Amino acid sequence: MNQMEAQTEMAKPTKTRNTLANRMWKVRWLYFFMAPGIAYFLIFKYYPMWGVLMAFQRYQPHVGLWGSQWVGLRHFRRFFSEPEFWMLLRNTLYIAALDLVIYFPFTIILALLLNEVRSEIYKRTVQTLVYVPHFLSWVVVVGICYLLFTTEGGVINEIIASLGFEKINFLMSERWFRPMIIGQIIWKDAGWGTIIFLAALAGVDPNLYEAARIDGANRWRLLWHVTLPAIRSVIVILLILRMGNFLDLGFEQIFLMLNALNREVGEVFDTYVYRVGLQQGQFSYSAAVGLFKSVVGLILVIGSNWIAKRFGEEGVY
Amino acid sequence: MFDAANIIFLSLFALAAVLPFIYVISSSFSVTAGLIPKKFTLEAYQYIFSAKTFYRSLLVSVYVTSVGTMIQLILTSLMAYGLSYRHVPGRSMLLLMVVFTMLFSGGMIPTYFVVRSTGLLNTLWSLMIPNAISAFNLIILKNFFQSIPDELKESAKIDGAHELVVLFRIVMPLSLPALAAFGLFYAVGLWNQYFNAIMYITDQTKYPVQVVLRQVIILAYGNIGDSTDMEEVPYYGQSIRMAVIVVATIPIMLVYPFLQKHFAKGVLLGSVKG
Repeated sequence: MNQMEAQTEMAKPTKTRNTLANRMWKVRWLYFFMAPGIAYFLIFKYYPMWGVLMAFQRYQPHVGLWGSQWVGLRHFRRFFSEPEFWMLLRNTLYIAALDLVIYFPFTIILALLLNEVRSEIYKRTVQTLVYVPHFLSWVVVVGICYLLFTTEGGVINEIIASLGFEKINFLMSERWFRPMIIGQIIWKDAGWGTIIFLAALAGVDPNLYEAARIDGANRWRLLWHVTLPAIRSVIVILLILRMGNFLDLGFEQIFLMLNALNREVGEVFDTYVYRVGLQQGQFSYSAAVGLFKSVVGLILVIGSNWIAKRFGEEGVY
Repeated sequence: MFDAANIIFLSLFALAAVLPFIYVISSSFSVTAGLIPKKFTLEAYQYIFSAKTFYRSLLVSVYVTSVGTMIQLILTSLMAYGLSYRHVPGRSMLLLMVVFTMLFSGGMIPTYFVVRSTGLLNTLWSLMIPNAISAFNLIILKNFFQSIPDELKESAKIDGAHELVVLFRIVMPLSLPALAAFGLFYAVGLWNQYFNAIMYITDQTKYPVQVVLRQVIILAYGNIGDSTDMEEVPYYGQSIRMAVIVVATIPIMLVYPFLQKHFAKGVLLGSVKG
């Protein structure tokens, strides 16, 4: 017995050199560096995922997840039968779709136009100017918008009035809510959105243009047969990434633009969760709404990634 | 023909990007805000810097931005550095853990309760810690660290340098442009954040400038009979509102020249897959 123990003891150094524990010990400093970051992800990202269980409970903050009573799918059933569900779904999809069919192509077109500019200095100047709004907060963007569009002395309405038309209440009407939202998105981020496209465009082999030109291709044919195919994969990747945020687009922006008069067209899942959850204290119900949104978002990303791969594109994940 | 139209369109778009802001600046200095500013005055600025609420919120934002950027940058680069070594056991699991947070989240309400249970509620930490690491930035920085040749790190280690020395004497100095870019990313995010503040902070003396800005401008106009905000909103003159916007944006404008240079680089770093 003793002898065997001695033998294993002796065999250890050679045997354990490559065991997991040994390899981990070697990089112990790296784990030490990563520890705060890992703790951050576990506490602020993964613990809330566990906390999502409250969507299936009658959650009471003072007793916590362990003490609260389980109610199964009650909150989900309630949510799907509320008339508000359809309103939220419609508003969210509507704004997200506008973003996809107006903002997204707009950035591509803007990048293509910038790419056609021959003067390097002019191009640089335009870029410098159109990037500025990206760094302003949503509060500032919406604030400027209020100052310009208000009926109480805003420039836009002053101009409209001086031309002899009736003032338009842009900020407090259902009709103008969506155009204002999409206009702000374009104003703030369209310039910034061109960066990646411009980088992709700069990488297109000039010989391709040369060859096409020799074959007699005009500007449109060059665009269609050389430029667009060259940046197709970038477009697809950015599209997938945008799909991931499809449902939580511009939450701060929408929250700031909402008021009692445009709520009917402006309320989206996130603003509803905030209002019903944190302001009215229906924690479990609003957590269920949030979970529904997160799951749909996840399905959208994975789905669009899968479709992109099916069409022979690289995908993101 | 096409070129001319193109130039005109781009010029108009560029003008539209900055004109509203120029208008705001000019009317913040004028007596009556009509179409054309009439008389130059500093009254609006004198007023807002004498108003304690605004002054205090600026200090809060400066504090949160400077301390928060340090914390977030350090946490992010330490973790990115660890993840940049391929031979670390459990690395792929950790990466998966990070990437998954970009796809799925527990949502606003569960996150709120986690922040509450950590005792951060109503402290300025709640504006810096709950979003300390952006998964996106982390992955990009990891890729950047990975692109630093292993030979540099290994040779230092053979010479007996400690991992800490390798990180602070070799990797960090080589990554300064990337770190500057991400530092600016974080700083702009911290300065501009609004929603975290109204979610986690109820003590009005701890409001950052964006929250005060919203009270001064947006609430003063909108929200007729809206139950969301019960605070008393005093009425401010047009030029004061404009001046508030200007002051709240000045820090961003000051760093913009650096931002523009490094940000573009940061975004492009991100487009390199790895």
